[in-house]
Amino acid sequence: MTKRTRRDVLVGGSAIAAAQVIGFPAIAQGKKYDDGATDTTIKIGHSGPYSGNASAYGNIGRTIEAVFKMVNDNGGINGRKIEFITYDDGYSPPKTVEMVRKLVEQDKVLFLFNTLGTPPNTAIHRYMNQKKVPQLFVATGASKWGQPKEFPWTMGWQPDYVTEGAIYAKHILATIKEPKIGILMQNDDYGKDYYNGFIQGLGDKKNLIAQLATYEVTDPTVDSQMIQLKNTGANVFFNITTPKFAAQAIKKAFEIEWKPAHYLNNVSSSFGSVFRPAGIPASQGVMLALYRKDVNDAQFASAPDVVAFKAFMAKYMSSFDIKDDTHNYGYSVTHTLIEVLKKCGDTLTRENVMKQAASLKGFEAPLLLPGIKINTSATDFYPLQSVQMARVKGESFEMFGDILSNESA
Amino acid sequence: MATTMTTETSAAGDPAALPGLRRPIPKWIWLGIIFAALLPLIGGQTGLISNFYFLQLSLMIVYSIAVLGLNLLTGFNGQISLGHGAFFAVGAYVTAILIDRYEMHYLATLPLAMIACFIVGYLFGRPALRLEGHYLALATFALAIAVPQFLKYRHFEPLTHGVQGINIFNPDPPFGLPLSPDQWLYLVVLACAVVMFIVARNIVQSRMGRAMMAIRDQPLAADTMGINSARTKSITFGISALYVGLAGALHAIIFEFVSPDSFRFELSIAMLVGAVIGGIATLSGAVIGGFFVQFIEKYADALTKWITSTVHLPIHLEPWTIYGIVLIVLMYTMPMGIAGGLASLWRKIRPPG
Repeated sequence: MTKRTRRDVLVGGSAIAAAQVIGFPAIAQGKKYDDGATDTTIKIGHSGPYSGNASAYGNIGRTIEAVFKMVNDNGGINGRKIEFITYDDGYSPPKTVEMVRKLVEQDKVLFLFNTLGTPPNTAIHRYMNQKKVPQLFVATGASKWGQPKEFPWTMGWQPDYVTEGAIYAKHILATIKEPKIGILMQNDDYGKDYYNGFIQGLGDKKNLIAQLATYEVTDPTVDSQMIQLKNTGANVFFNITTPKFAAQAIKKAFEIEWKPAHYLNNVSSSFGSVFRPAGIPASQGVMLALYRKDVNDAQFASAPDVVAFKAFMAKYMSSFDIKDDTHNYGYSVTHTLIEVLKKCGDTLTRENVMKQAASLKGFEAPLLLPGIKINTSATDFYPLQSVQMARVKGESFEMFGDILSNESA
Repeated sequence: MATTMTTETSAAGDPAALPGLRRPIPKWIWLGIIFAALLPLIGGQTGLISNFYFLQLSLMIVYSIAVLGLNLLTGFNGQISLGHGAFFAVGAYVTAILIDRYEMHYLATLPLAMIACFIVGYLFGRPALRLEGHYLALATFALAIAVPQFLKYRHFEPLTHGVQGINIFNPDPPFGLPLSPDQWLYLVVLACAVVMFIVARNIVQSRMGRAMMAIRDQPLAADTMGINSARTKSITFGISALYVGLAGALHAIIFEFVSPDSFRFELSIAMLVGAVIGGIATLSGAVIGGFFVQFIEKYADALTKWITSTVHLPIHLEPWTIYGIVLIVLMYTMPMGIAGGLASLWRKIRPPG
């Protein structure tokens, strides 16, 4: 079986269900398919909120669909067309379960890709792992998607909140003298993930935290929390808030003339929904961790991936707003999947899809910031674990410092 | 509805003389139920009906129970509720917490979830019933919005697990029955539904049911007749919540998961739409309503996509366009709901005599 080319095997008949050679998976020996894959197609399932409160994220699904249309127009992946089936789950966990069961049991997709949201993904987490169908590159930053031992069929993509929180803590310890830290946190899973990561990053210096103020997502404002935090005399502010509250916090800090070193989570890295509503002058100097390029930033205007992305948007999504970050995200994550499928070769089994997804080494997906790479292994199910610190300057981000990583084994 | 006054007075005389009341359940309905109960054997074992279809059928029945509950309140008692999703959530959480924390048998949690919802419904109904019409609708709407927030509330977190929700396990069929979990749950849900529909039929045809309708049609006259309006209304509210709570509990068992996001206010609206579209104040309307919620509303997006691509429409339709059109057309052509529409159609085409 050594040195046999794909064509030999084809001629020799597909009955040679050769054992995969560990370590050289790209040279798949013979064709092997699970449900959803054939000589001509690969069926991929997805569910996301096209209706309801979270429907702004529906554009991620639409972008993925358009990217696959582009891929198919260019001949597909290894000669196979992608059949992308996406359903509306309205961000409702039971509806996600139903749609995903339809995808797996009726439509018989090879795997699920980029299903959106922490609660919907939580609802299908166990089902996918029982059925042994990959739940690949889910669109949520929760830290629980990287547990290859307990959940070998589930993998995240973006830097998780714990990682990001730890990176801020390390940055504070390294750059600020005698830090006294005030934290504003949304009181839910997402907020706690960030907070736990931050505590991990501080290590034995937890006492640097002067105060932890929390708010509920239903609160009208965070004004009183901001005044409390200012009164502690903190010189560092870690702002764990979603866009609406991030804008409020930035604005309030400016109004009460509290000028700490301001760290804002990546969740709120938007000019449209955070910095402009808060006021550009109030936002100057706010620091945050980024991992993707802002395609509207002049410094990346001639980067090949940005040029390609803009061409894609113009041809396949001309009626959508290129400033909407969900397109950027969808484009980048879909290209990561395309890389995985290319490496799968003709062995389109669920097992091989997971194996290839877990052996990405230094992959630079389009639109990632220079120097940020995707690394995974059989024990590392966190593809992106590096970020670049940046600060708001004028109406764009100014990068500073090195790439910061919290890469796990 | 014939005027309820006559119903009340003649009921005092001879119940058997009442047209349309106390009739036995028609044979074809029993045959239908038996057929439905045999489905797992007919379709499941032969592979004609996949587990996924059983899931969908179970859900349809669950929504039928919920719509039936809302129908008792809105259809038969004339009180509008935009908040029954709240009771659905309470039922689901009671079951999930009892299974998760107290390791109770899932079937044993059902009556407890029902009782809990009856109490919550009754207590909510009592003061809220001073509100009439639109005001009641608003109060219940507030309830629907508040309950998911309550479930996230910090101090309940040890029980509810906050936004994370609770994972429970799907029960396996007992006694080594050769059924898949989906088929078994379908049977459980079907059995619950049959019992609940028979009970509802009896309620509606009883003294209580006539009092409910009298209050709906002629509140003043009902009071004059000596009906305790407040009590009847709150009990109706409680019973209605009990039905919806059972539906919620079954829903939790089917999905093995509850979270606050599962029970947003859209659910309450879906139930009301199901009740109205199915046919308000009819029991068969609840089944149609359940079908509508499960197969039309949930697949609104897929339906729109499918039609766009089959007809090759040159325009991009928003996900819920077809759903909206269906709703408007139905409301214009069948103002009494599908059950009412079919009944009047039957009256027109039926041979005279």
